[in-house]
Amino acid sequence: MIQVTELHKSFGDIKILKGVSTSFEQGKTNLVIGQSGSGKTVFLKCLLGLFDYDSGSIDYDNQKFTDLSDDEKRNLRSKIGMVFQGSALFDSMTIEENVMFPLRMFTNQSESEMRDRANIVLQRVNLENAQKKMPSEASGGMQKRVAIARAIVNNPKYLFCDEPNSGLDPKTAIVIDNLIHEITKEYNIVTVINSHDMNSVMEIGEKIIFLKDGEKAWEGSKETIFRTDNEAVSNFVYSSNLFKKVREMYLKG
Amino acid sequence: MNYLQNIGTYFLMIAEMFRKPTKRSVMMKLILKEIDDLVINSLGIVAFISFFVGGVITIQTALNITNPLIPKYLVGFATRQSIILEFAPTFISIIMAGKVGSFITSSIGTMRVTEQIDALEVMGVNSINYLVFPKTVAMILYPFVISIAMFLGIIGGMAACVYGGFSTLEDYIRGVQLDFIPFHMFYAFIKTLVFAFILATIPSFYGYYMKGGALEVGKASTVAFVWTSVVIILINYILTQMLLS
Repeated sequence: MIQVTELHKSFGDIKILKGVSTSFEQGKTNLVIGQSGSGKTVFLKCLLGLFDYDSGSIDYDNQKFTDLSDDEKRNLRSKIGMVFQGSALFDSMTIEENVMFPLRMFTNQSESEMRDRANIVLQRVNLENAQKKMPSEASGGMQKRVAIARAIVNNPKYLFCDEPNSGLDPKTAIVIDNLIHEITKEYNIVTVINSHDMNSVMEIGEKIIFLKDGEKAWEGSKETIFRTDNEAVSNFVYSSNLFKKVREMYLKG
Repeated sequence: MNYLQNIGTYFLMIAEMFRKPTKRSVMMKLILKEIDDLVINSLGIVAFISFFVGGVITIQTALNITNPLIPKYLVGFATRQSIILEFAPTFISIIMAGKVGSFITSSIGTMRVTEQIDALEVMGVNSINYLVFPKTVAMILYPFVISIAMFLGIIGGMAACVYGGFSTLEDYIRGVQLDFIPFHMFYAFIKTLVFAFILATIPSFYGYYMKGGALEVGKASTVAFVWTSVVIILINYILTQMLLS
């Protein structure tokens, strides 16, 4: 479980996060949504320790991130899987080597053990025949799946995804969403997804946090988001006519 | 103020490079790859430039010795001194700042832009150690490149001298062997090792700390080349003053 309490973060005089508090539970798909510039990416980077925050606390399983020594932080990070917006695959390595990378860095497995494990997770993301391809030879959807495979290869306890289906066609986006959701259940991990894709919200949002101007404006789930009377979240989620109609139909039963 | 901050950040990067080392087996592979990229792949251009610039040094020296009282073998002597003391260590390093330096800055900068460095950090890898340390270690072989540059420069000078009809082969070889001071080689290789460190770390610094997109990668490469050259020239002056004067 990840517990976030009163998180503040500024860049110079500009306040980005203004006291965000929430928690992310194990085995659940947690979505952080909000408009561009609402502080989603900064929030995620604070969770990952890529940005130092000004005040507040982030506890990973009751361990304060800031209280950890460098070695403990390194150990914790080896339990974190991350899917970046642009996939962030290593260009100089094949898809298989990309997936093997965390194992190579943090385990003492033999080459064949690492290869076997990489092939298992590549199979899991339906990429069993793409091992020898370079990332540049893979499509956007394939790259995202490789990034997911790399993120889960070392059996992480926490999975973070920054806009995992941005730039993908709707069908591939659903495949990626479902894959992340299934993996969350299968491995019983804490999954936090940054998204502004409303399909993801409706499909896999077991817990949804809505950020507005650096503050948590609303918290709920894909079921409660239909009934919310929070104006900010309604304006954001139901800005398109399609979703307005979906909501109307849902409320009519 | 910005320069001071950059200098401070550069030295912090150097310190970070030696912390939290990457697994030995992974690091060995990285070092071998960097030796191939930075050292072996530079041999062709270094050989080409050294041979022909050696020839040019010889021709210009020979053409400027018009006094019949000056012996012809001084052409070989002047060529050797120019190549060993300055051309090979300094001039080749400036060229390498363009070739190797821009390669390092653009490859690390692209990793920054495409979040690959963030990916390393999130995994708990010390990205500075992973990216910069193998380059620095690989550049320990840089004196080997400079040795080849020295050898081919003198051979190029010999070819130009003999086939250009400026003096005989015997005179040239006599000049090359004249008053040889072994300390000059020591001086040249000390300079080379310092330049190797600069060539690996300054372009890495500009790549690692760059911000922005593809356009900024190009800009960072240019700035890295300029500052690597400036630092090489300054260090060259300081080391020459310290070791030769």
